[in-house]
Amino acid sequence: MFGGIDPTLLLAALIVASVPIILAAIGELVVERAGVLNLGVEGMMIMGAVCGFIAAVETGNPVLGFVGGAAGGAALSLIFAVLTQFLLANQVATGLALTLFGLGLSSLLGQSYVGIKPPLTGDVPLGPLADLPFLGKVLFSHDWVVYLSVASVAAVWWVLRSTRTGLILRAVGESHDAAHALGYKVRRIRVLAIMFGGAMAGLGGAYISLVRVPQWTDGITSGAGWIALAIVVFASWRPWRALLGAYLFGGITVLQLNLQAAGARIPVEYLSSAPYLITILVLVIMSSGKGKAALNAPASLGQNFHASR
Amino acid sequence: MTDLLRVEGVTKAYPGVVANSDVSFAISPGEIHALLGENGAGKSTLVKMIYGLVRPDTGRMLLNGAPYHPAEPRAARAAGVAMVFQHFSLFEALNVAENVALGMENPPPMKELASQIRKVSEEYGLPLDPARMVGDLSAGERQRVEIIRCLLQDPKLLIMDEPTSVLTPQEVEILFKTLRQLSSEGTAILYISHKLEEIRALCDEATILRRGRVVATCTPRERTAREMAELMVGAVLTPPARVGAAKGAIALEVRGLSVPSPIPFGTSLKDVSFAVRRGEVLGIAGVAGNGQDELLLALSGEVRAAQDAVQIDGKGCGDLGPNERRRLGLVSAPEERLGHAAAPDMSLVENALLSGAIRKGLTRNGFIDWGATEAFAATIIKEFDVRTPGTHVAARALSGGNLQKFVVGRELSQTPSVIVINQPTWGVDAAAAAAIRQAILDRTAGGAAVVVISQDLDELLEIADNFAALNEGRLTPPRPVAGLTIDEIGLMMGGAHGMEVAHHGS
Repeated sequence: MFGGIDPTLLLAALIVASVPIILAAIGELVVERAGVLNLGVEGMMIMGAVCGFIAAVETGNPVLGFVGGAAGGAALSLIFAVLTQFLLANQVATGLALTLFGLGLSSLLGQSYVGIKPPLTGDVPLGPLADLPFLGKVLFSHDWVVYLSVASVAAVWWVLRSTRTGLILRAVGESHDAAHALGYKVRRIRVLAIMFGGAMAGLGGAYISLVRVPQWTDGITSGAGWIALAIVVFASWRPWRALLGAYLFGGITVLQLNLQAAGARIPVEYLSSAPYLITILVLVIMSSGKGKAALNAPASLGQNFHASR
Repeated sequence: MTDLLRVEGVTKAYPGVVANSDVSFAISPGEIHALLGENGAGKSTLVKMIYGLVRPDTGRMLLNGAPYHPAEPRAARAAGVAMVFQHFSLFEALNVAENVALGMENPPPMKELASQIRKVSEEYGLPLDPARMVGDLSAGERQRVEIIRCLLQDPKLLIMDEPTSVLTPQEVEILFKTLRQLSSEGTAILYISHKLEEIRALCDEATILRRGRVVATCTPRERTAREMAELMVGAVLTPPARVGAAKGAIALEVRGLSVPSPIPFGTSLKDVSFAVRRGEVLGIAGVAGNGQDELLLALSGEVRAAQDAVQIDGKGCGDLGPNERRRLGLVSAPEERLGHAAAPDMSLVENALLSGAIRKGLTRNGFIDWGATEAFAATIIKEFDVRTPGTHVAARALSGGNLQKFVVGRELSQTPSVIVINQPTWGVDAAAAAAIRQAILDRTAGGAAVVVISQDLDELLEIADNFAALNEGRLTPPRPVAGLTIDEIGLMMGGAHGMEVAHHGS
């Protein structure tokens, strides 16, 4: 116990609190590695939250709820994909519009679901592991999505680093002109990446409405999507760093709640703005250094591709 | 002998322009075939069709007697056609092996690929480390990556699009040996260039294109460069006239200029020193990416240095920005026309204002004098023969040659005392290039000090009084052009950069 805060519970809560951010961030990381800047993460997350909630309530099955959440996020991202990849709309403006649209649409869809309890997502029974002192509580008493989030980071890291698919994806994000000259389908690859990002964001959103809260209210994601975006930059587009970043930010969120509960004298506003301040700080350090970190950004990030030749 | 590739009556039109019209030619196995033409003659479109990047509107192609219509580069590669691009199709943030893998259909695992790269690169005298990041490589080394990528696929036809523009004369010689060796092994090579002496030295046959049509075929060894140039241009060329002007006082002096590069993967300038007198042209050669862009930025004022590092008429201005330097009489024209020299979506009038405002007095109390600006733009268009419907056309809408004439004309019309130009005739047709060179020489005769940075050695030898070369950010001491041999120039540019002659099969 440190000042009324139990470290075991704090760490366990941190891991759970970070799940939505990890899922959304790892999805956005793939999108950005393919050279697309989708600022609509918040909108896709909340669409995932509402679609997941509806699917889970209607079917009574939490797993189908997560599937629905991923589908909802992917469907919204498809709008972004069509607008930016085929109609060549500005990615920043389209992404922002996507967030606003998602917030509004989710509010409409969720109207009749306010105040309902979703079916429960239980912990994965890990038997004796869960009974270990400290570690059992921190690491082995979670639901399956927690493990999925870490597994997805590992999978994305492995795919980007060691597979041809990952190499092509990075190549497209690095120079779409060169990739096109070599005969790769820049558009198709980017659309698939965008949809993957949408599905992951949707999954993260569904986790909020099905596990974290768990109920439906308007604006339930409350900025998690923006944090995910910040984390991708913070992590300089590296998967494991994104995981670290998400835990760091999740930790600050949880700590802030705990500190409030413990009656600490630090104003809440300082704590809740901390993640963003840290991101700005990291960005400044990265871009002033001109070191390797600054160069790690995908070179074609945010540029539209048009096969003019 | 049957033809390896036969192109029959191929036509390709884009909205507003016919890139290729009824083009036919054939290549037999092991032949080195030149495709000769000016910029915009349709060479690139033609090879893109052969490589499957563009589909012809009409006409047909035959490969080994069978119809050949690659829908995408993948199909072309599968059929044994490989291409080395003019503007490299490389990924700077990936390493050599990854870049090679991306250009292959079924690459082996990375470790095996790395050893294959080492083997082939040694066989053909093109040393390369598979683990190096492409962004850190020199232009010549990048080209090796492209060539090795092609060679690993054992191509029957190798297309090379302007391969020597980034090489020193020594590197060109070694490249030619590699190509001759490939040709003797039965690989046909389609060699695109507008450098006539190279084609005479290397190629067995040549097809000459002008405005999308085949205007002649010939055997380059039997023709003079001049004959081919006239076939290519369709007119008799007059070389620029030089008036031997008296050299005046030193107008631009650079002393121990060292600046880090602001460009990712750029080259920092290291202790660059030179001086240019009034009425004198200093030509600066060098393989692309050896600090040319950085030198222009440092001279124009976009990158600042110590005050005394750059001096205009004896006045230290290394710490001043572009506008202050303009006020002192230095004008500059960077290599990149769209986005650096000119704002693509702004009209010619607005673009004229952007750099001319100070020396031409186009603003008054913060307000723009549009009448004077318009007149300034109109004068440039008239004097430099810029072909445009009017002054209110967006810069983007002009062809490369016309925009270059406008951009160079804009700077030269400001009665400068120092002129700095990077690649004055890059991507410009021969007639426009001659006009630009003549204009530069005229200003020199009028008493301006000129620095021309170029990768075109012929151009530098034609207009420069003194010659220096940039190599990895260092500048050689300037030497008078008269009496310089190509060999000496090559050594100034850094020699062969570690390349060696192919020793495959020997």
